[in-house]
Amino acid sequence: MGTKQKKFTRTAIVKDWRKNKKRYLLLLPLILYFIVFSYLPMGGIVMAFCDYKPKLGIFGSLVNRFVGFQNFTDFFQSFYFGRLLKNTIILNGLNLLISFPLTILVALLINEVGNKLFKKTVQTISYLPYFISMVVVCGIVVDFCKSTGLLGTLMTAITGKTQNLLGVAGYWRTIYIGSGLWQGLGFGTILYIAALSGVDQTLYEAAQIDGAGYLKQMWHVTLPGIRPTIVITLILQVGMLMASSYEKTILMYNSQIYETADIIASYVYRKGLLDGDYSFSTAVGLFNSVINLALLTITNKISKKYTETSLF
Amino acid sequence: MRNTKIKTSKARTAFNIVNYIILTLFAIICLLPMLHVLFASFSDPNWLNTKSGLILWPKGFNLEGYRLVFSNAQLIRGYLNTFLYVGASTVLGLLITVIGAYVLSRRDLLWGNTIMLLISFTMLFSGGIVPSYIVMQKLHLLNTRWAVILPSCVSTFNLILMRTGFSAVPKELEESARLDGAGDLVVIFQVLLPLVKATVATVALYYIIGHWNEWFQASMYLQDRELYPLQLVLREILIINDTTSTAAAATSAANATANMDVYKQLVKYCTIIVSSAPIIIVYPFVMKYFESGVMVGSIKG
Repeated sequence: MGTKQKKFTRTAIVKDWRKNKKRYLLLLPLILYFIVFSYLPMGGIVMAFCDYKPKLGIFGSLVNRFVGFQNFTDFFQSFYFGRLLKNTIILNGLNLLISFPLTILVALLINEVGNKLFKKTVQTISYLPYFISMVVVCGIVVDFCKSTGLLGTLMTAITGKTQNLLGVAGYWRTIYIGSGLWQGLGFGTILYIAALSGVDQTLYEAAQIDGAGYLKQMWHVTLPGIRPTIVITLILQVGMLMASSYEKTILMYNSQIYETADIIASYVYRKGLLDGDYSFSTAVGLFNSVINLALLTITNKISKKYTETSLF
Repeated sequence: MRNTKIKTSKARTAFNIVNYIILTLFAIICLLPMLHVLFASFSDPNWLNTKSGLILWPKGFNLEGYRLVFSNAQLIRGYLNTFLYVGASTVLGLLITVIGAYVLSRRDLLWGNTIMLLISFTMLFSGGIVPSYIVMQKLHLLNTRWAVILPSCVSTFNLILMRTGFSAVPKELEESARLDGAGDLVVIFQVLLPLVKATVATVALYYIIGHWNEWFQASMYLQDRELYPLQLVLREILIINDTTSTAAAATSAANATANMDVYKQLVKYCTIIVSSAPIIIVYPFVMKYFESGVMVGSIKG
């Protein structure tokens, strides 16, 4: 910290400006972009602490209609709070719990393939769904889940009930996570396959000389070799736990299945943009972002302490 | 591969067999839904409406669905809008990203790290959708093409990727150009860009795919259907199942006498194929850039 303060002395600033002003000028579009589209909205968060009226503007509302933490307490006391929090945590938690280890497992399996053509084919095919747009993937899911659709008829054969699967609250998480795996599992392995190719091959030879069997090699050589990648990805994913894709939820859910499908982010969207309840919705969104940031920071700290790998 | 020296044991062979089976199944699961949609799109519409279960081969050969899709004025307009949005947004975003990343990759910039830190922070925390909406409103950008082109034209991830690319170029190359009196822009576009063109390609591709798939911001900021990008039109046809849009698809076809309900399902499948084909066809050729992008991104975090 001490050196940092010394760095920004008046003479240093003046000298830097004289030398680099053309560069700062080149940086202007980028800075403007982030000010307008990232930092202005961040400033708009103050809306959460007042009762925003478009006529008064943000400052006018803040001065005349300041409500403190009222919007937050309203949310915490509302009927939906428990359900939203539960749904958000369960959906994203389950998703992480299933897709995270599965991605590593598939990467390990692909890495073990000796035949180059087979390997390349599996990779090319399994990356493919990632390039289909979210809207189209959801369109396919909606079509398959209809009572007359591919999965709909399959479930009719199993359960005897003819119904739209997207109208059944109990199926939502399976559909959400399943479609996510279909779209992202293959592409998710890229990172690990790249990391796996960097594992020192001599370690395997040493392990073999020590008589380590196949599984032991995987446990003692392969996994530690890609540990930094695993840890970084885990930090990022835990950090994204509350912010993970609400687009899919908004595209596919309906009022019949709010019981399991409605998450904080989709509630913010509905309240804010469809009902026009700006201040309340901003407060709920802020709650979500703060929890998210806290999660990221905590995971990062824990990881720094125990694995010496960290994001920042 | 690495076991060539060691005798392959029985267990190893068994593992290999199981592994090949698992991965084959995995690839099939990835492929089947797409094949189902593809085959359905060529099939006989009456057969399609009664068919349940997986379609493993088209029944008959029918291009009527595609004819209807291509005569859907709204879809065509969506396509054209998307081309415009993707083009404008990518060019603008790429310019800002490349120039910004170059400046931020220079070590002798006093405020460089501070600015980078402030930019990186936006990846972790944002104002949320309502404040963003209000900002767009105050800027009078709502319901204009700029509302789709501007707000996501720069991505922090891509900026970091590009900055890493510039940092990897040896300093001497730039210095020799400087001695010849080249300015920053000349250095960027004539000296450095050819050296980091793989990174530029990666970043450009990420932008293109991102903008091509974008629908959420457009749905927030656009009301005028004339301005809708492809994905929003698709959302109506495939998900909201808006009667007006499918009806539009039907009536625009010349033979309005036919019962258009028959074609509804077929048209959906054809729409999926028509809208996904460009990306799917290009994808195998650009795969390596995506792979390298993921790797560089992972190193830098």
